[in-house]
Amino acid sequence: MSFGPHLFLALLEGTVTAFVLALMALGLSLVFGVMRIVNVAHGEFYMLGAVLAWACADAVGTPVAGFVVAMLVAPLAVGGLALAADRWILRRIDYHPESTIVATIGMLYMLQQAVLMLYGPDARPVAPPVYFVVQFPWFGYSGYKLVVAAASGLLVLATWMLVTRTRLGLYMRAAQQDLEMAQAYGVPARRVYALVFLLGAMLAAAAGVLIVPIEQAHYLMGLDPLLLSFIVVIIGGLGSLRGTLVAAFAVGLSDGIVSVFFSPTLAKIVATLLVAAVLVVRPGGLFGEERA
Amino acid sequence: MLALHLGVLAALFALQFVLPAYHHTNVARIMVLSAYALGYNILLGYTGLMSLGHAMFFAAGMYGAGLPVYYLGVGAPAAFGIGLASGLALALAFGLMALRTSGPSFLIVSLMFGQALFLASLYFNDVTLGDQGFIVSEKLAPLELAGASLGFHQPAVKYNLALAIFAASLAAALALRLSALGRVLVGIRENEERTRLLGYNSFLYKLGSLAVSGTLAAAAGAGYALLFSYVGSTFASILFSIYPLLWVLLGGVGTILGPLVGTALMFYLVDTVSGVTSAYLLFVGAALIALVLWFPLGILGAVRKRWLPWLP
Repeated sequence: MSFGPHLFLALLEGTVTAFVLALMALGLSLVFGVMRIVNVAHGEFYMLGAVLAWACADAVGTPVAGFVVAMLVAPLAVGGLALAADRWILRRIDYHPESTIVATIGMLYMLQQAVLMLYGPDARPVAPPVYFVVQFPWFGYSGYKLVVAAASGLLVLATWMLVTRTRLGLYMRAAQQDLEMAQAYGVPARRVYALVFLLGAMLAAAAGVLIVPIEQAHYLMGLDPLLLSFIVVIIGGLGSLRGTLVAAFAVGLSDGIVSVFFSPTLAKIVATLLVAAVLVVRPGGLFGEERA
Repeated sequence: MLALHLGVLAALFALQFVLPAYHHTNVARIMVLSAYALGYNILLGYTGLMSLGHAMFFAAGMYGAGLPVYYLGVGAPAAFGIGLASGLALALAFGLMALRTSGPSFLIVSLMFGQALFLASLYFNDVTLGDQGFIVSEKLAPLELAGASLGFHQPAVKYNLALAIFAASLAAALALRLSALGRVLVGIRENEERTRLLGYNSFLYKLGSLAVSGTLAAAAGAGYALLFSYVGSTFASILFSIYPLLWVLLGGVGTILGPLVGTALMFYLVDTVSGVTSAYLLFVGAALIALVLWFPLGILGAVRKRWLPWLP
């Protein structure tokens, strides 16, 4: 294959990565923006989504029905877990930034090892719910990957509408700007926090369900997306949703190109160096709030 | 106070004559890892900066010392020096960039760079031999000291060099804690704005703290490579950045002896648990959550609060 089609393939791969990454990073960014906490277990919510998708497909049998069931069950189950974590851990340490990080690292290891014990160390494939090949002049491309990109895009759009157009979104933005003032105006802060944490976890789980027919379900699969999401939110500016989306595309495309032409490991290293470059120019990230 | 710390060192010295072989090596490991935790605590406990990528400094020391021995047959003292210099250089380079951010961003950036270095150690596996790692003992010449030839395979040499690394780190941490410099660092931890208002350049102090912390981590890494002979990329992984955090939290954040207590206790706990189940990280995770929920002061932090207010 010559350079042009090769680049096209890389861009295609990068675009799919970018959409999924946007979905992952949006949850992380939302949780940070509103609650001022960094959720290190975010990647494990994604991993749980993928593993539950395998379990649903295994239980149901047909790929389409399995996918539909997983799309309903996985986000709900993971969301329930997130609510429990919010209620029993995060609220009790009062969302203190550093304690929360330590606690979510603890959650990361507990979830990872629980899955290792119950599900085992194998990577297990899941059949895609729809299978078709988009034939380009130079190569055929998996149609399901484009479905993943479209579905991720829709979920990102839905979340965006939720934040900008609904009462809950208004509460979220109010809590983000000034928590005390928001509470004085009757914003139920505890409930908003719980819902935001739930939403972030559900988005990650949905991303996991979508991705599992492309990547196999494995108990360690949460780490790479977590790292990429962190890179995205730092480049975009912590807490800025617009920055998150812009950065997801920059990072997704560069990841796709470097992965296709060189290696996925090098792609992660390059992305980290990209962060270094951004931090030197703008310590708060591209769209970050200017704070001294 | 000085008597307490000298007493601890003397006890560690005396311990080598009574310990059975298995625990003899374990305690040597614990002392080297405690130096790592001591360095971590300077950043977390005294400066208020939490790093999630400290394994990069440990690994810099480890590879900085291990690679020259393995490829060039460099002697142990020079290799140790190269390891320290690698850690210091990395800490300064990382600090100049990462300290531009603050709060949660610093945490994330440290995690990212730690992971980038880990991935780099896998990516360049022609040189580092990646996951598999390499053994340095065959290439390592014995230490010539006052006419005696001290081979690194001898348990007594291992133990006492480990003790030397630990003692030097302890002395450095204690001296820093008691100096005017240390007080400025504590000032930054308590209220950075106010410290700046008093005319201190907080950036430079934080960079200095990171440099000391990174160098101690590198000393532990270099010591670990030379004394226990194995260099591999597992020591650069995220888990190895989380361990010093766990040790320091357990022993007591911002105490001088806490890192030793936390490292020793957690070392034996993990050792016991992994004898029962291979999923011992489940225990590590539960310990992290339990500590922040119910025991945020750690062991020596609690002791200081209730009984010994003078404990540094």
